[in-house]
Amino acid sequence: MNLFRFFSKGQSAPAARERLQVLLAHERAATGDIDLVNKLRDEILKAISKHMQVDDEKVSIKMERGAQVSTLAVDIEIPFDAGKKAA
Amino acid sequence: MGKVIVVTSGKGGVGKTTSSAALGAALAQNGEKVVVVDFDVGLRNLDLVMGAERRVVYDLVNVIQGEAKLTQALIRDKRVETLYLLPASQTRDKDNLTPEGVEKVIAALKNAFDWVICDSPAGIERGATLAMRHADIAIVVTNPEVSSVRDSDRIIGLLDSKTLKAENGERVEKHLLLTRYDAVRAERGDMLKVDDVLEILSIPLLGIIPESMDVLRASNVGAPVTLADTRSAPALAYFEATRRLKGENLPITIPGDKRGFFGKIFGRKAA
Repeated sequence: MNLFRFFSKGQSAPAARERLQVLLAHERAATGDIDLVNKLRDEILKAISKHMQVDDEKVSIKMERGAQVSTLAVDIEIPFDAGKKAA
Repeated sequence: MGKVIVVTSGKGGVGKTTSSAALGAALAQNGEKVVVVDFDVGLRNLDLVMGAERRVVYDLVNVIQGEAKLTQALIRDKRVETLYLLPASQTRDKDNLTPEGVEKVIAALKNAFDWVICDSPAGIERGATLAMRHADIAIVVTNPEVSSVRDSDRIIGLLDSKTLKAENGERVEKHLLLTRYDAVRAERGDMLKVDDVLEILSIPLLGIIPESMDVLRASNVGAPVTLADTRSAPALAYFEATRRLKGENLPITIPGDKRGFFGKIFGRKAA
């Protein structure tokens, strides 16, 4: 039984190791609350809201933290008359 | 002047109290004068693990508030005469721990003992930061498991920024104590290995405590692991860690890896 499991399941420790290494690299870089990716996200939204009313449901933000590179994807639906609504 | 050790981890349930009691007792068994201080105000357990729960009269908060003298609150161990316990309060709020009060108590203990071992509460709040505040040495207790390693990393960051030593531009000496280690599962690839944890946390290793029934057995009867059965695997591991703490340069042994070929193939239940 044990022999069977040994071959069927594969090792989980390498996954734990890899996930920790990526996560901690980011957590260590984020000293205090200054996390670059979070900061960029906030400032991008702020810049956009200057020109149009940002509808929360029309904004999708995706973050992917990688070992070497992180990506931040901000996807915003801009309605045709958005410019007129801005105060 | 005694040395102040904080036993800390961030995460709860990884073995801080067990390790505080075991290391404290092991040092005292070698003739050193030791006091183990419970900083977990409101959830004290060191008294229970050390078998002194029925002898608590005064506690750390009483001393800080000036309601009792330090000598009245210290409980002397019945088995090892150079081992003392300063219990935490069970009923008071942890806001009663003031930085000034803790500083006074630690200063007085340093004068009277060779080792002052501070058993930190889990978390990163007041109790935990005050427990590490005056430390010369930090023992970071970690299980080979993702959440424990992450929290240990966070605690290491705090040790480098929030302690008195760090604020004075000095460094707290940090050591890793890997607990509940199962060499068989690590070898099988289902548990982080010693080297994995060491590489991620990059602080020197003080010892590896094997997962063992002896730990629960010892707490059941209210004896530090090193006193309950001096020949048990975890006791031997704690004795080794104690010698390293005192500066000896011992090779690291991975406990519990005694099985032969058949054992490795067919496995066995955790001891």
